Amino acid sequence: MDQFEEFAQQVVTGVSIGSIYAIVALAIVMIYRSTGVVNFAQGEMATFTTFISWSLMLRMDFWPAFALAIVIAFFLGGTLEMVVMRPVERASPLNSIVVTLGLLAIFNSVALWRWGPLPKPFPRPDVFTGSALTVGSVTISRLNIGILAIALLMMLALYLLFSYTKIGLAMRATAQNPTASRLVGINVSRMLSLGWAISASVGAVAGMLTAASLTLSVDMMFAILIFAFAGAVLGGLDSPAGAVIGGLGVGVIQALAGNYISTQVDVLVAFMVIVGVLVVRPTGLFGRRVIRRV
Amino acid sequence: MLNVQDLHASYGPVLALQGVSLYVPEGGVIAVLGPNGAGKSSTLRAISGLLRASSGTIEFAGQRIDRLSPEAIVRLGISQVPEGRQTFAELTVRENLTIGAYTRGDGSGIRRDMDRVFSYFPVLAQRSKQTAGLLSGGEQQMLAIGRALMARPKLLLLDEPSMGLAPMLVREIFSIVETITREERLTIVVVEQDANLALDIAQHGYVLEAGAVVLDDAAAHLRANEAVRRAYLGY
Repeated sequence: MDQFEEFAQQVVTGVSIGSIYAIVALAIVMIYRSTGVVNFAQGEMATFTTFISWSLMLRMDFWPAFALAIVIAFFLGGTLEMVVMRPVERASPLNSIVVTLGLLAIFNSVALWRWGPLPKPFPRPDVFTGSALTVGSVTISRLNIGILAIALLMMLALYLLFSYTKIGLAMRATAQNPTASRLVGINVSRMLSLGWAISASVGAVAGMLTAASLTLSVDMMFAILIFAFAGAVLGGLDSPAGAVIGGLGVGVIQALAGNYISTQVDVLVAFMVIVGVLVVRPTGLFGRRVIRRV
Repeated sequence: MLNVQDLHASYGPVLALQGVSLYVPEGGVIAVLGPNGAGKSSTLRAISGLLRASSGTIEFAGQRIDRLSPEAIVRLGISQVPEGRQTFAELTVRENLTIGAYTRGDGSGIRRDMDRVFSYFPVLAQRSKQTAGLLSGGEQQMLAIGRALMARPKLLLLDEPSMGLAPMLVREIFSIVETITREERLTIVVVEQDANLALDIAQHGYVLEAGAVVLDDAAAHLRANEAVRRAYLGY
């Protein structure tokens, strides 16, 4: 393998890892953009719904269970916003953060109690199995191609939702100015729960794909959430495209650093790059700086 | 059209309204005057449903609205241009106007109304693709008025449209508001610190102090009233 091919393989590997970060980053951005809050329980909620999908898959095929889990996550997310987040909505953002940290602990404990600490094999649908694709000496598995494709599709879907639909516009308006939104007739509470609902669905997809590429375990999303966060911040917290590019970027940096320096420092290098970017561009690569003339 | 009776409301322990009554006939322009903290904005907030009345009633077109949500009140035909404009800074001018028509489903009517807003405020048409945060204060005020018009209101509530704007610009905006009132057959309640301006376009005025109406009369009489002149007209 020549030097270029080695580099290319590492980039492909990085993109593969990064695709999952990208999807989780999308979920984070989704909530941030529609409610202005960062949800630290994102990863644990995803794990929880993935366990539900695993239970469903014991009784039905992969795709129906996959779809059903997304729907369940949608209602779970929406309900959580209404029941748990709404009371702290008017308080300081710090209260919201503490509540999402509480949710993290709760979902983690319940999953551990209900499904136990042992990793479980997670089914893979047929399209994701079979021989890997090879270009020269660079290979990429079908599963990784699938995950990347799903990440890009979801990014596109969210972009279209936010940019071209009335409901997306209303969600953006709600995040910016709830009072003015109510004055134009938007049901603000509904928009906030919708934001959480969609985000939980996106997270569920990430959870199931993670389980399919590794195994299903209670703590599988923990490290992923941190990298996804880094990706979301790198991309600029309010941009779906930024989330995906940021997530992929973190994956690639991690893979390159792991290969060329040492796997001991891949995390370190990834975060050094992120801090570097943020020093130069505090709003992230694609984040819009709010310019306001008063 | 709008009938407010003995309205009381408070922000936590702070009493904001202590018995406000006012009547707005259809097609009329009503000015609400008074010093800072008199309850002018609170009155508008209560009418829009943002501030819950603890007692008293608000009737609009023969229907009690004082227990309705702001969303429901907009649908009945009351739009507010809030204090400090409150445009959506990160949305474009066009998106701000589009979201103003959120309660409507008639696509062609919405497009027609957007053209009409652009004809009242040509500068908004020129800047339709810019984000609202980049507009000047006066342009943002125009956008806020345009956004409220997009809901096709029957009653328009204007909260301090002159705030922070140069006198020339304020005159311009008020004269456009006057045109709009005439052409759209709107009913208007305008809250203003600048009583001169408000009484120019209003037929009737209310003076609020400490959360209650202390005086109400025809605009011309208020102008002539010695106490009003000294306190609010500055001559």
